[in-house]
Amino acid sequence: MAGFGKAMACREHVRIRLGTRFMSSSSSSWWQSVEPAPKDPILGVTEAFLADPSPDKVNVGVGAYRDDNGKPVVLQCVREAERRIAGNLNMEYLPMGGSVKMVEETLKLAYGEHSEFIKDKRIAAVQSLSGTGACRLFADFQKRFSPASQIYIPDPTWANHHNIWRDAQVPQRTYHYYHPETKGLDFSALMDDIKNAPNGSFFLLHACAHNPTGVDPSEEQWREISHQFRVKGHFAFFDMAYQGFASGDPDRDAKSIRIFLQDGHHIGISQSYAKNMGLYGQRVGCLSVLCEDEKQAVAVKSQLQQLARPMYSNPPVHGALVVSTILGDPELKKLWLKEVKVMADRIIGMRTMLRENLDKLGSPLSWKHITDQIGMFCYSGMTPEQVDRLTKEFHIYMTRNGRIRFALNHEYRTLTSTPAWQASIPAMLDIWQMLSTRSRGLPRLIAEAKPQIVEEVILI
Amino acid sequence: MASAMISLASATPSASLSVQETLMGKTRLASGCVSTLFNKEKGKPSIKKKSFGQISMTVAVNVSRFEGIVMAPPDPILGVSEAFRADIDVKKLNLGVGAYRNEELQPYVLDVVKKAENLMLERGENKEYLSIEGLAAFNKATAELLFGADNPVIEQQRVATVQGLSGTGSLRLAAALIERYFPGAKVLISSPTWGNHKNIFNDARVPWSEYRYYDPKTVGLDFEGMISDIKAAPEGSFVLLHGCAHNRTGIDPTPEQWEKIADIIQEKNHIPFFDVAYQGFASGSLDADASSVRLFAARGMELLVAQSYSKNLGLYAERIGAINVVCSSADAAARVKSQLKRIARPMYSNPPVHGARIVANVVGDPALFDEWKAEMEMMAGRIKNVRQKLFDSLSAKDKSGKDWSFILKQIGMFSFTGLNKTQSDNMTNKWHVYMTKDGRISLAGLSLAKCEYLADAIMDSFHNVS
Repeated sequence: MAGFGKAMACREHVRIRLGTRFMSSSSSSWWQSVEPAPKDPILGVTEAFLADPSPDKVNVGVGAYRDDNGKPVVLQCVREAERRIAGNLNMEYLPMGGSVKMVEETLKLAYGEHSEFIKDKRIAAVQSLSGTGACRLFADFQKRFSPASQIYIPDPTWANHHNIWRDAQVPQRTYHYYHPETKGLDFSALMDDIKNAPNGSFFLLHACAHNPTGVDPSEEQWREISHQFRVKGHFAFFDMAYQGFASGDPDRDAKSIRIFLQDGHHIGISQSYAKNMGLYGQRVGCLSVLCEDEKQAVAVKSQLQQLARPMYSNPPVHGALVVSTILGDPELKKLWLKEVKVMADRIIGMRTMLRENLDKLGSPLSWKHITDQIGMFCYSGMTPEQVDRLTKEFHIYMTRNGRIRFALNHEYRTLTSTPAWQASIPAMLDIWQMLSTRSRGLPRLIAEAKPQIVEEVILI
Repeated sequence: MASAMISLASATPSASLSVQETLMGKTRLASGCVSTLFNKEKGKPSIKKKSFGQISMTVAVNVSRFEGIVMAPPDPILGVSEAFRADIDVKKLNLGVGAYRNEELQPYVLDVVKKAENLMLERGENKEYLSIEGLAAFNKATAELLFGADNPVIEQQRVATVQGLSGTGSLRLAAALIERYFPGAKVLISSPTWGNHKNIFNDARVPWSEYRYYDPKTVGLDFEGMISDIKAAPEGSFVLLHGCAHNRTGIDPTPEQWEKIADIIQEKNHIPFFDVAYQGFASGSLDADASSVRLFAARGMELLVAQSYSKNLGLYAERIGAINVVCSSADAAARVKSQLKRIARPMYSNPPVHGARIVANVVGDPALFDEWKAEMEMMAGRIKNVRQKLFDSLSAKDKSGKDWSFILKQIGMFSFTGLNKTQSDNMTNKWHVYMTKDGRISLAGLSLAKCEYLADAIMDSFHNVS
């Protein structure tokens, strides 16, 4: 299913030849040969979910946090910030590089509160359209100023990474990452890929809470990766979409980045406030590139702006104001850190509870990976066909690579109280039995287990 | 497909080698040396054979990949505002960027916007991702505003509407669609046009050429030139038209001229592509300002329209707009919409929600909608008054008999004064009037109180400077 993301990204539009341009009758269309685009593998799940009339439906697809009542969460600090900014400001265009204040605060989060790089003004940084926009700007920048380069992307990764670098016309390669047998990191294969890549290659790294697997390198492993990057002269581009949200501690979640900075790498970073501040729909993020000196940072920033101008001119202000209001006020910032920790702890708690329950059943198999993995996703190991069946028959919506967002108590309660759910259990045992023939530890246990275990595991 | 990409990479081993060579080469250059980052200079055999020893490895890390990156030129439009901010003279006047100012020359947040935002705050709406195509309520409202709610194209569901990042983002989505489905097709843009149009098509890799538009002799429309150039273009070109209040000139075709433009476009099988950034702002009437678009739609033509709410709702920084593609069938519209979404996803995933909600609330509430119409009339009215005052001042002061009536004939925020670069420089350097170097002034940044001063500046620059 790792390849599925790639397949989706690659099964793309058809280039139309000249014939269609010469249609003259009004009954035919210029757009005759435009084919329907495939549904986005992630956002398409929510579309389908919303369209489903079933009262029992559950959406464990898109990575958006829910509270105990299944409702989207707007953080208190965000509400307070919005109260403060409402009606006060005009809506003049931000500069092309976005809100200076917001960018300043955002760099502190990634590089460290007292980072020398910030003091020395060595970071070229612009406000971006959340993480997607930051990655896209960097990909376009890479294409323009490093036209011979490729990007190495982990296998698997967030599906949209492939779309982004492809639309930026930067050739892609993948590097080994996830080890299906251990449900952990395939570290030796990863290191081999780093060593075998041509010197000076560009690599995309997930700073923390790898999406979709939840598998992160350990601190020791990050140090080894950093060292090898130095030997090879590789460029590290970090996608950090979950800072604070993974462990509950923003500095801890930025550890990989800090290690690379200490080792003298000039890195690039994409940051997003979609999850950790719950600002999903506001599209707030930041792209930064560490440069040699201030002069170079100014030049690079100007070129990033040059790329942004014909894409959207300047970025949206509302979300940026919320961020700078919160991070600029010590009390609000403290509140935010507290709320982020609550969200992260809730998810860690779910994982712990699940693992304990499974261990309690006296299973000879190891469930260690459930608590080893981090972040809001779990890589279940289900095939696209099995996912389709879960969706079609049981209205459980998730992405076809088997990635599941951790559900919360409310969804669990609702789900298990419905007759449909009770009726579905034999069929689900069936699915897990199929899985067990591939000797994956998880489904083998389930095939033998009682219904309530099936419920718990399915729900994650 | 992924394996195809891999073989692509390995087919060009020299590319990766040159990266290595360049990295090594860079260690020998002084840090102040600025050369192109990945230049094609042939490898020096001695460097190739050298292995990465400890010292050279350390140095290699410290040499920046971005060594050769030079400063981008300042944006010609947004750069004006920056220069204005730096000027300390009290008489300074910013007639650069097209952002509306009230009579006190302060930015203006519309009352309806404040009301809409308060409503949103009270409701405590969430900040969930919009779908890739944006807020459904906004998309519905924006298409109806443009075409009229009872327009057949809407009733027949023939319009693919996708929320975009204001006008720029919407134009960019359309440009990417053109690049993908009409490879090699050209876009014809007016000479002059908004500065960013060219950047958008360049970055989207869509070729463009210009059609004559502005006639400096009459300070009006070069209609014959325009028709002739559209006619001469290869069949099936895209013709970029400003729906109303042409930016940069303020010169719009008359209704009769619009008919003739539609004729020639149909004759040559071109595709009309409207940029509508000032609906309501030009004449004060939302419907009147959409008449050019509606005229083309009424002829059954397929067309594209980019919209922006930056000016008419004052939502500049919220980046709210839309791309609309009118197709000959509902099925085509559905397919086109899906492909627009496919383009947007790797650009920004889904558009920002805040501005979309404001528009949906304003347009969706009859009371707020009426209020908006009134505020728009007020804003457009202020600009008309300023035009009149400027014209009166110039006519009173100028004894040379020059005809300044073009100021009254032009429409919208901008006026092409006819001043050349040197004269425009004089406006800035001597009179502290900030404008773009092609003689364009933004009347939205002019107050009645400053008309006399501006008239003096224009007179001086026009008559005393060449």
